Amino acid sequence: MKKFINDIDSVMRESLGGLVAAQPGLLRVEFEPTFVARAERNGNKVALISGGGSGHEPLHAGFVGRGMLDAACPGQVFTSPTPDQMLAAAAAVESGRGVLFIVKNYAGDSMNFQIASEMLGLENATVLVNDDVAVENSKHTTGRRGVAGTLMVEKMTGAAAEAGAALLECKAVGDRVNAATASMGVAFTSCTVPAAGRATFDIDADEMEVGVGIHGEPGRRREKVKPAGLIVDDLLGAILADLKPESGREVLLHVNGFGGTPLMELYLLYHCAAERLRAQGLKPVRSLVGNYTTSLEMAGASLTVTLLDEEMKTLWDAPVHTAALRW
Amino acid sequence: MNTAMIIDALAAVQGAILANESQIESLDRAIGDGDHFVNVKRGCDVLAKLTPELKDMPPGPALHKIGMKLLGTIGGASGPLISSFFMAMGQTLQGVDEPDRRQFAAAFASGVEAIKQRGKADVGEKTMLDVLIPVSRMLIRLADADTPLGPLCTQLKDEARRNMLATKDMIASKGRAYFLGERALGHIDPGCKSCEVAIAAVCDAVLQQKTQEVT
Repeated sequence: MKKFINDIDSVMRESLGGLVAAQPGLLRVEFEPTFVARAERNGNKVALISGGGSGHEPLHAGFVGRGMLDAACPGQVFTSPTPDQMLAAAAAVESGRGVLFIVKNYAGDSMNFQIASEMLGLENATVLVNDDVAVENSKHTTGRRGVAGTLMVEKMTGAAAEAGAALLECKAVGDRVNAATASMGVAFTSCTVPAAGRATFDIDADEMEVGVGIHGEPGRRREKVKPAGLIVDDLLGAILADLKPESGREVLLHVNGFGGTPLMELYLLYHCAAERLRAQGLKPVRSLVGNYTTSLEMAGASLTVTLLDEEMKTLWDAPVHTAALRW
Repeated sequence: MNTAMIIDALAAVQGAILANESQIESLDRAIGDGDHFVNVKRGCDVLAKLTPELKDMPPGPALHKIGMKLLGTIGGASGPLISSFFMAMGQTLQGVDEPDRRQFAAAFASGVEAIKQRGKADVGEKTMLDVLIPVSRMLIRLADADTPLGPLCTQLKDEARRNMLATKDMIASKGRAYFLGERALGHIDPGCKSCEVAIAAVCDAVLQQKTQEVT
């Protein structure tokens, strides 16, 4: 394992310390329990709190700031945070208008946030993000994962909260964005969890994992690597089969890198994907390309499509000032 | 059962989990995301530091405290599940200073029920419950029949092992392995493995104590 590390046990603390120090005046970090919050407590708005395992940076702490999250609770690498973190974060950022938790749909995240929600003693609601179309959804299962579409939910819900929307209005926005969003990813490599010290799975040089999540775990199936355009066809095929957009619909197209793929390739993917969307009669009118929901150093990428309407466009365009997203 | 035995059992579990590191890790790498061993180990480590506080508590409050400590320590899916197990057990044993075998079996069953409720899962879904539910049922049966401690522990260990191995042929409908669909076939569930390791360690600790009492 080759990583920039001083000591396995201090990775999280030093990394969060760096994130906060690099944004003077924007963020503050607390430990025991750990959470990252806006430096300035913003009064009189619904408090948006997210969180999840570390290793997906900049998600979630990189999205704390004006127009997005009020606080984020980072867990250990790929391990959901604990309820005491969420309770401490809520106490630090709530301003009397309730707390909205934004949670990616994994057993660990949803259980820990559910316990926090039960213990909180403040008005609160939860948006469960499940944009990953690689997995069939059914009533009797864990359900679909939350992946890169989480950013769309956090951005638009954050804009609604910043504009003064009430708790249930914010939740409705989050649920609506989630329902209009679908993602799917492929990986060329796995990644190494620092505490484990070796790659989660082995893969040959000419193979890829299709339908991966964001934890360096195997996906739905393994295939031979093929030209980018054909990979994009597969991903968009599954995404559009899920969203079933009518022709002429405006969409947001997000190409997300998993941490180990150069921007050059991510832009190439955007080129292929935007072209194919237009060929299908859709209009990619908003875009985002870069490493936003990562899986440590995993090589690979995901595509996310959000079907837009006027309100969602306004929420997406609203100013945002966080470590990782700014306009 | 008393709190001293609980503390011994925790130490035995910690040792056994560490001894099985590579197997638990490789299972979680195959069908999970590689953090299960580290999380369980973190839980064991924090409990080892907690023993001075537990020493003078009755079993019920001690188990509840263990649950609360794990809730704030482990995270992931195992955290809420394992901690709800201990908290429910502690709840059931409130006010009982020296639980007998039947009371312990009932407490264990309430702990397993709490895991079912929190995880919204049941047998056959390729989760830790595939070991815990059959072991809990057998424990109640054996306790009701006043089975001597030796055969009781031996049978529980066998039951845990058999059911842990049986998860190899299951497709998961809950937990991280669910996302793999049929690719989870042929792999034992890592959560079942760590539960089996823990149950075997507790049974061995009890058997060893029994031998010492005899000699």
